[in-house]
This record gives sequence, C-alpha cells and structure tokens, in this order.
Amino acid sequence: MLLTLTPPRDAAASSPATDLGYLLAKNPARVQSFDLGVGEAHVYYPEATPVRCTAALLLDLDPLALVKRARRQGRHDLLARYVNDRPYVASSFLSVALTRVFRSALAGQSRERPELAAAPQPFEATVTPLPCRGGEAFLRRLFEPLGYVVDAERVAPAAPYFRVTLRAEVRLADLLAHLYVLVPVLDDEKHYWVGSDEVDKLLAKGGAWLEAHPLREEIARRYLKRQGRLVREALARLTAGDDSADDTAGDAEEETLEKPLSLNQQRYGAVLAVLKSAGVSRVVDLGCGEGKLLRVLRGEPTFTRLVGVDVSPRALEVAARRLRLDDLPSSQRERLALMHGALTYVDARLAGFDAACLVEVIEHVDPPRLPDLAHVVFGAAAPRLVVVTPPNVEHTVRDERHAAGAHRHRDHRFEWTRAELRAWAEDVATRYGYGVRFAPIGPDDPEVGPPTQMAIFERAADGGAS
Amino acid sequence: MSDESTERVAVRIPQLALVVLVGPSGAGKSTFARRHFAPTEVISSDVCRGLVSDDTNDQSATKDAFDLLHYLAGKRLARGRLTVVDATNVQKEARRPLVALAKAHHVLPVAVVFDLPVKLCHARNQSRPDRSFGPHVVRQHAAQLRKSIRGLRREGFRHVSVLRSPEQVEAVSLTRQRLWNDKRDLHGPFDIIGDVHGCREELDALLAALGYVKVDGVHRHPEGRQALFLGDLVDRGPDSPGVLARAMAMVRAGTALCVPGNHDVKLLKKLRGKNVRIKHGLAETLAQLEAQPEAFKAEAAEFIDGLVSHLVLDEGKLVVAHAGLKESLQGRASGAVRQFALYGETTGEIDAFGLPVRHDWARSYRGRAMVVYGHTPVPQAEWVNGTICIDTGCVFGGKLTALRYPERELVSVPAATMYYAPVKPLAPAVVARGADVLDLEDVSGKRVVQTRIDRTVTLREENVAAALEVMSRFAVDPRWLIYLPPTMAPSEASEVDGYLEHPREAFAYFRAEGVPEVVCEEKHMGSRAVLIVCRDAKAAAARFRVRDGRRGVIVTRTGRPFFADRAVEDALLARAADAIGKAGLWTSLATDWVCLDAELMPWSAKARELIRTQYAPVGIAGTAGLGDAVASLRAAAARDPSAARLLARYEARLDHVSRYVRAYEAYCWEVRGLDDYVLAPFHLLASEGAVHTDRDHVWHMETLGSLAEHEPRLFRATAHLRVDLSDPSAEAAAVAWWQARVDAGGEGMVVKPRAWLNQGPRGLVQPALKCRGPEYLRIIYGPEYAEPMRLAQLRKRRVQTKRKLARREFALGMEALHRFVEGAPLYRVHECVFGVLALESEPVDPRL
Repeated sequence: MLLTLTPPRDAAASSPATDLGYLLAKNPARVQSFDLGVGEAHVYYPEATPVRCTAALLLDLDPLALVKRARRQGRHDLLARYVNDRPYVASSFLSVALTRVFRSALAGQSRERPELAAAPQPFEATVTPLPCRGGEAFLRRLFEPLGYVVDAERVAPAAPYFRVTLRAEVRLADLLAHLYVLVPVLDDEKHYWVGSDEVDKLLAKGGAWLEAHPLREEIARRYLKRQGRLVREALARLTAGDDSADDTAGDAEEETLEKPLSLNQQRYGAVLAVLKSAGVSRVVDLGCGEGKLLRVLRGEPTFTRLVGVDVSPRALEVAARRLRLDDLPSSQRERLALMHGALTYVDARLAGFDAACLVEVIEHVDPPRLPDLAHVVFGAAAPRLVVVTPPNVEHTVRDERHAAGAHRHRDHRFEWTRAELRAWAEDVATRYGYGVRFAPIGPDDPEVGPPTQMAIFERAADGGAS
Repeated sequence: MSDESTERVAVRIPQLALVVLVGPSGAGKSTFARRHFAPTEVISSDVCRGLVSDDTNDQSATKDAFDLLHYLAGKRLARGRLTVVDATNVQKEARRPLVALAKAHHVLPVAVVFDLPVKLCHARNQSRPDRSFGPHVVRQHAAQLRKSIRGLRREGFRHVSVLRSPEQVEAVSLTRQRLWNDKRDLHGPFDIIGDVHGCREELDALLAALGYVKVDGVHRHPEGRQALFLGDLVDRGPDSPGVLARAMAMVRAGTALCVPGNHDVKLLKKLRGKNVRIKHGLAETLAQLEAQPEAFKAEAAEFIDGLVSHLVLDEGKLVVAHAGLKESLQGRASGAVRQFALYGETTGEIDAFGLPVRHDWARSYRGRAMVVYGHTPVPQAEWVNGTICIDTGCVFGGKLTALRYPERELVSVPAATMYYAPVKPLAPAVVARGADVLDLEDVSGKRVVQTRIDRTVTLREENVAAALEVMSRFAVDPRWLIYLPPTMAPSEASEVDGYLEHPREAFAYFRAEGVPEVVCEEKHMGSRAVLIVCRDAKAAAARFRVRDGRRGVIVTRTGRPFFADRAVEDALLARAADAIGKAGLWTSLATDWVCLDAELMPWSAKARELIRTQYAPVGIAGTAGLGDAVASLRAAAARDPSAARLLARYEARLDHVSRYVRAYEAYCWEVRGLDDYVLAPFHLLASEGAVHTDRDHVWHMETLGSLAEHEPRLFRATAHLRVDLSDPSAEAAAVAWWQARVDAGGEGMVVKPRAWLNQGPRGLVQPALKCRGPEYLRIIYGPEYAEPMRLAQLRKRRVQTKRKLARREFALGMEALHRFVEGAPLYRVHECVFGVLALESEPVDPRL
C-alpha cells in the first residue's frame, strides 16, 4: 500500500516544496522506517526539489504475522486466511501507521513551519490500492463534500480496488484525518475489535467535518462495524443539540427492521392460533433457529413444555442467550429447553409431543431428503398436530425486492407453489395417517395467494400409524 | 439335594442368571460368592452401603445402598452378565424387586439358600469386629428365611438350591449351564428356510436347489450344511404332514435345526387337546393329519414341544427366530422372549384387515447379530439393519426362500400355485416404508468406531456435533455416501534449500517405514471428487436404495453435491458410465456400480467463488500496490541511495506476487460446456463384492488409465512413476520427474506405497504423502512465502497431527467401503463416513 503526498508549487510560491519535510517531520534526505508490530512503515521522497516534492508512506506488512495475529484473536474472517489482500491494500492499518508516523502532522503541529500547518494548502494525495466497497460513486460521495477533486481508476478491470488521487486546498492535518477515518470506511473492515473507545477515536478525528458530512450516519455505521449501540452513541455525541438527526437515524433503522418483521409476526401469530385452538400443551419447534417462535409461545401458559430443536449449534447458542435459558428458575427450565438434532435422523427425544412446528424449515432441506424428514416427523415422532409453513413461490412476483426466478433466501433448496405444497402434504398425510388442511399467512392475493402458506396436519385417529 | 452328607452337592445355574443368595448374616454367603464367582460378578449390599456412606454397617444408608445395588445389577443384566446379589434377602419384600429386575432383563432368577444353624451364624458374627449386633438379629433373619423357603418358586425363582449345613456349603460343586437357545458353538454353514406352510412340493424343490439329497429318507447336504427352519411349517398349504415329516427327520438326523412358528405352536395346543380357534389354515392341517397314524401326531406334538423359540448361533453372529428378535431379548429366556420370537411385537392395535398392527422392530435394530426371520410375508427378502425376513409368501403364491449363511445368498423356488388367498396385501418394500432411516443415536455423542485396517477410532462429541449440521444440511442423501476421502499429509519440511516440500523427505519417510517401492502420481490441481457411477438408475435404486431416480452422484470431499446444476452432473455421469462400459469394467469387475476417487478440473469449476473473492483480489491488489511502490522507489533511489535496499526488496516482492498470479491462473479455465470438464480418477475404490485395496496402485493407475482411452473428452490418465526406494538412481530420476512437472506449472505429486495397506514400525503407514511444487505453494502459504526469512519460519511446521488425522480418516473411509460392500446396514456405513466428516472439524493447519 502506497500513500503519496504532494503539495504542488508554482515557481512563485512563497515557500519551497521541500517544506513538506518540516510539515511531516520527516527528513527528505533519507528513507526512514517505523515498526508497526506486524511489519514496518517506510517514509521516503521519490521527489524532493524546491518546486516539486512528494512524500511516500509505504506499508510493509508481514503477511504471516498478520494471519498469526488474526488467528490468535480467534478470528475466522478474511484476515485469518493465509492468502488475503490485507498486506497489499489500504486499510485500518494505514490509519494506525498515520498516527505512528505522522503524529504531529495529524495533530496540526509543526515546530519549524507552524503557519504552513495551520493554513489550507493545495495538496495532492494518492492512495493505491484502495478497496472501495460501494464503488467509485461511494468514494466520491465521501470525499467530494469535503472539497476534494476525486480522480479514481480501477487497478484492474472489475477489481474492487482503486488508484485514487485526491486534490484539494486543505490543511495537511485535515487531509490526514480524512484519510484516517475514510479509508477504513471505504474498506468496510477493521483489523482489530471495535469497542467503545473507537467512538472517541472517530469523534477526535472526525470532529467538525464529520458532523457536517451528509453521509455521517453511514460513515459512523461502517467505522463502528455496524454496532448499533456504538453508532447511536457516536451520532448522538456528534450532533448533540441537533435532535432531528438522531431521531431520523433511529426511525430509519426501525423501518428497515419493521418490514420483514411484520410477515414473521403474522406467521408466528398464525401458528400460535392454530396451536391454541387445538388445545395442545407440549410443543416442539423443529428448526427453531434463534428461538423467535419460542419467544412468542413461552408467553402462553397453556403450553406446559416447549422444546426447540435445531441442527446449528451456533443458532442454539444464540437462542439460549435470547431466551435467557441460563437465568431461568428451575421450574421454567423443565418447561423450556433446546436440543441439538437434525430432522433427517429419527430422534427418540421428539416422541411424546402434542404438536410440532416447522416454520420456514422444510424449504431448507434438499428435496431428496424430504421423505426421511417426513418419516422422522410424521412416522417416528408422530405428534397429534404438525404445522408446516413454507413460503409461497407464486407470491414472489408481488415482492419487488426479489428478482424473478431467484429464491427468497440463498439457502432455500426449493420454493413451492400452493399446488406443490398441497401435493406433498396430501401424500404425507395419506402415508402417515394424518388429515391436512391449508391456510394462508399474510394478505391472500386473489391471483398469486399469500406470501406464506400453512399446512396443518392432524392425526386421523389417536394411536394411529406409528 | 440329598440330606446332610459330605458328598459333592451339585448346584446348577444358567450361564446368564440373577443369582440371589438368601441367608442370615453370618451364614457364609460372601465366602461362598468369593469361591464360586468372579469378584466382579458379585454385588454385595455391604459394599454398596460402604460406597454411599463410607460405613458398610450404616443401616441408615440401606435404602440408598439398595438403590445402587439394583442399579448395578440392572446394568450388568442389560449387558448379559451373570450377576450375584450378596445380601441377606431373607424377606420377601427384599427379593421381589430382584425377581422383577431379572424379569425385566429376561434372565432367570436363581436362589441359593443358606439355611444354617442360628448359633453358627451368630458365632461367626461375634468373631467379626464390624458386626456388633446381638443374637436377636440372626434369629429374626432365620425365622424370616424359614417362612420363605417354600414360597421361593412361587415368587418366580426358576432354580432354588437350599444348603443346610456348613459341610454342604463346603461340598457345593457349582456348574453353569448353557441356555437352550445358546447354540453359539454351531457354525453352520446353514441354509435358513422361510415359512413353508405345508408347501411340501416347493420345500423339496428348494432343498434340491440348495444341494440336499435324500439318503435313507432324510435330506442331507453332501458338504455337511445344515438346514434351519424358521417355523410355520404347517397350515394353509396342501401337505403340512409331509413338511413336518421332512423337518422332523432332518432334525432327528442332525441335518437340520428348527425354531417353532406361531402356527406350529397352535397346532401343538390343538394336538394336546386344548381349545383353540380353528382358523388361519389350521383346519387344512387338521384334515391332512386325519390321514396320519396317531403315532405321527404324537411324534409331531413331541417335536414341536421340544423346539426352542430362538437360537443364537455361530459365536453370537447369527440369531434366528420365527418372528425375529430384538437385541435386548437375544440369548435371554422369559415368556416375553418366547412371545416376541413367535409373534413379533404388536402395537396393540388392530388394522383394517382385522390383523394386529406389527411394530417394525427391524427399523430400529442396531444389534451386531444378523437376525433371520419369517412370519410376515414380504414380496422380496430385503436386508434391514442386518436383519432379513425371508418369508416370501410361498403359500400365497409367492416363493419359498432360503438364505445361505454365511454366504448371504438368497435361493428361491416359485410357488406352484396360490394355495391360500392372503387377507391383505404383502408388506411394502423396505425403501417404501422408510425402514432404513438413520437414527440420531447412530451419530451422536462420543463415538468409538472399530476399523479393520487400524485401531479403533474415537470421535469427540463436539466434532460429531459439528458434523451433524454439514451432514444433514449440505451433504447428499447418506445412502449415496459410502465413502469420504481422507485428508492427505505433506512430506516433512524439506531441508533442500529454497524448498518447503521436496520428494526427498517423502521417500525418506516411506523408506523408514519399511516400504520397498512407491508409486509417484502426478497431483492434479482441481477439486477432490468422489463418484458413484452405476450402470443405470435401476441398478442404483437396487444397490443404494435411493429414491431420486439417479444413476450416481459426484460429491466433494465433504459429501456435498459437486455441481449445483444437476443436469451437468447427470451428463458427466452418463459419460463416465459409458466409458466404464467401453473399457469393459462392468464385465471384468462383475459389477453394475463403481466408486471412484478422482480430481475434477478445472479448479475454477468448484473454486470459482473462492478465486473471485480471495485469490484473484490478492494478485490484483498485490500487483497494483507493489507495482506503484516499485515505481516510486525507483524515483527515490535515483536521488537517494538509501532507498536502493528498499527498492530491491520491493522488486522481489513484486516478483513473488506475479509468480503467484501465474500459479493460480494456470489452474483456471472457462467452462463453456461438458467438454471443458476433466476428470482424473486415481482410485477405483470399490465395486460389487470388492474393495480394491488388494490391488496395488499400479493396477489402479492402469485400469483407470483405460477410461481415458475410451473417453478422452472426460477422463485424463494420471502420469505415474514407480520408484524402487533401494535404488538411489531411481530416486534421483523421480526427483527430476517431479522437478520437471512443477517447473512446467504442475501442482506436484502424490507418493504412495505401491501396496494399499502397509504396516510400519509405528503401525499403519500413511496411505500417501503429497509433495507440492514451490510455485503452487504460493497459493497455499501466500504469494511471498518463499522469501528466505519466511521460509525459515515455515520450516518449523509440524505434520504429526495432520498425519494422525489422515491415518484415522483413511481407516474410517476404508471401513465404510468394506461395510457397504459386505451389505452392512446403512447406519453402519454412515457411522464411518460421518466419522470422516467429524474428524475434518478437528483444528489443523489448513495449509498442510
């Protein structure tokens, strides 16, 4: 990663271009190197004449040390992979290097040339390669409001990296602060854990310009790695006295959350209604995920035993946390439990329930495995009532968020029409001695039906097939 | 037992029993137990008292002590171990739970009673410092004992021995008797014959087909094989007496064994004058018996009466019973065992045809013994979890079937006609009724898998849990998954300058393990693929019991479908099957399926996403960043000599990155159609009846090489070279061979012992080691790994964990194949494949 700084000077300029060396507190005469822990930063001057002087900051990161460090931190993301772009791109390591190498310049101080440091000067900065998540448009929307003329070219066709030149009349300290904050924002990645001291760093470097920046919310969001609490704190502190910004940010977040939730809520409500009207008391939620349905069901005292089953240990951990299983009194522990299991394996623990729910589950199972799932649920566990809710693919055309032909979820192995669900459900019902009826969830469109379908199976006679 | 004498006092107990010692304190029960039983067979109430309270006499601990005693006894009985309860047991209330325990585990309760003089007992107690209680205790015990003795049989004890004097106790000679059903010493071979139901003609035809000849009126097999009738010899068919006569003669002559069926038992009841309902074909039998002399009827009754409801044969590897028998009842004796063996397990419900609904016990059967049974007519004898029902409904116009044991071959003769109309249609086939669905118990918790080529493999619970998600959410139908490939370890870090891996270390490893000859195989840079290719979809459905109508699968090394697009996969499978046919392998291997281990190219076919998001960006970013750095350093160096060192360094870095880009680009090409896929198979792992580990790797190379000749569009032969490890010039040639390949951009090579299985000084030798080329390793260790400082660091890598993993996964993979080929139940195969996946979640350096 290479950052160059060039203060263009005409012959009539009052000071020589090499004054840059004073501003940066780095002598143009020789290469200087600084230890960064996981490598070095080098500062040198490709040009150093009174007319034109360029300072270069070259990051020399040790790929092996980077990976070692990431793995020590227990990371599993890109950084922890042995082959990754981190040693070569502009990232949060650049921000670290700026504070180490150009500490005084970043603070706007210069012992020899205080007046130069205090005044805006014409500057040209280049950064290569700069990863831009959000593309060139986002890059421009970040820098142009700050007064820069942005020149960006992709380093290779279709590559996510740019060779960026920024030109503006700007204080060097501000230029460095802009880079300090906005490079990791463009990269949308941090090589260290983001905690609350990160808010302080953002406000210290962002200060006045960030408050006025039209993209301040997005900058804060990315800089703080989308940690809602930190983002809210940063925005509140940034705009103290300016109530409107805070509120709108909150509302926008609510809104994005609200929309998908409403169908979910309707789904849980519909399942709950079916369970209650059937008078069941022991319910197992098959494929409980993070326990959202269980949170709805636990509020109903009519359910005396609630068990969530999922195949993902991670999902179960989240569910346990959300349901606060560890804090439950012992009487409640008997009532609510989570189990690790898979629906393609017969599971003796699933026997003895009055009802089983498969809410948004079967579409995540490969079609050739469905007969096994049917056997496990209807043949072996065989509760009196089974509720299955898969999405209705016909309704997808009503949803502008989904491209035609694409599944609603990346992991959906299939999406059924109403007729396809009916065919499967009726076959299963016949095979295992159940009766089945269907009900819509969500607005029932006269043409394409509801967004979600519900099949309700009830065992034909108690003590039926086993 | 005779009265007080010093002669030997014979006490006989069944080999599997709950032996209850009954007698007052001081009667010598513990001494007796020590003399006649192993210490682990005896559970003493005093010891249990001590275990829960640290005081063997603490009476307040009695309840807990007996809870523990019953628990321990229950565990032992469940495992089929004879158990002796050493407690006073003089009260009926104390014995009742023990009798119940024996019954629950279907073992015989036996009482050995110590009815000794009170004085003697008391004197013995006096001499023991830990027994301070007064004489009234023993007196009370003795009184309770005497009240009990006569009622012991009524309480349920099947054998009662009463010892009345110290001399008698001293003189006891205890023998353990085998149970009637224990025929473990009979090893066959057997011809097990399903329900005959009076079909005498078909029985004669079947016996003839099996090779039996009639000598002196008795069917005998010239090779000494024994027939084994599964009962229901009679009823419904045209000649029940004829069938009975044959079976009786054969059993008498020792050329057959027989277990009773429910129809035989009902006939016996009728013959003994009991009142039974004449239905389900009994009327026909009775009519046919009318013509027989009374002596025959008496003899038949005697015969049926003498039959044992189930037999455990061949060291416990084979169990036969008319209606089958679940594991917990095998080799046990109780009314419930007999009931199950005769009638099976019913749910207590009656179906639409008025017949009892049967519980499909075989579906959850996980026992090690093969269970062969009849009773329920099925259209086709099919294996379910190591059990098989061979009642193929002869009397209903089906066929009469025998199973040859241990060959597992089925021999059938068709029924001449439908002698009796079935009340309801035959039971559906195994796949249709979902009888081979796996159970979570098959794959959960800590697991220990026995493998035949290596030690047992232990799987940790958290690894197993991690594999469950992959297996159930992403892998193909487990019925297809008969193998997953092991991970492969590299050679040790090389001492050759500039190389992290070099053939020298691989050869040195195998030489040290005593391997005389290795085969070097070109390592293709694609993605590992395991293929099941069947001759057609019908063959696939029959052998793999799949329901997807496919003729095979191509899966990744973690069992996922290789292709997102089924059509591509099917087309490639069709091509592969075609080539296998043209190469004559279906015929020469006498199979209609094969399992191939292969590399599928290009790498980009599977790794496109990885390349796009990870490998390519590194090259692009590296080239751009380092390129600009070099340009600016050149300018700096022109005026500042101190920049020269940095410039040289960056020029070197840029060179590393461009080499990296060349390395990965070589393995990527655009796939426009089927012709762009290349398959390089290197193991012909298995086909019907054979796991081809008895063939060496040269055979595998040559046999699979022929596929490339017949279908060059798809298959690529793998270049290979044999190396005699005692010949330095051969080794040098192999190093040159490798060097030439990696210089030309090849990934490297895999070195395998010529034979598949090799035992070295430390056990099983690695099945293969990889030697990757220096350029290829950039993709693994990063573009700049070869920089001398970094290389020195990387040389410290340890390969031991990876090798241990490779060895265990190899053993599991081979075990899975063997089990599948032998026809083991799905859960037994799945256990091994699942194990490979579980081990893959072990944390190891992914670069090895």
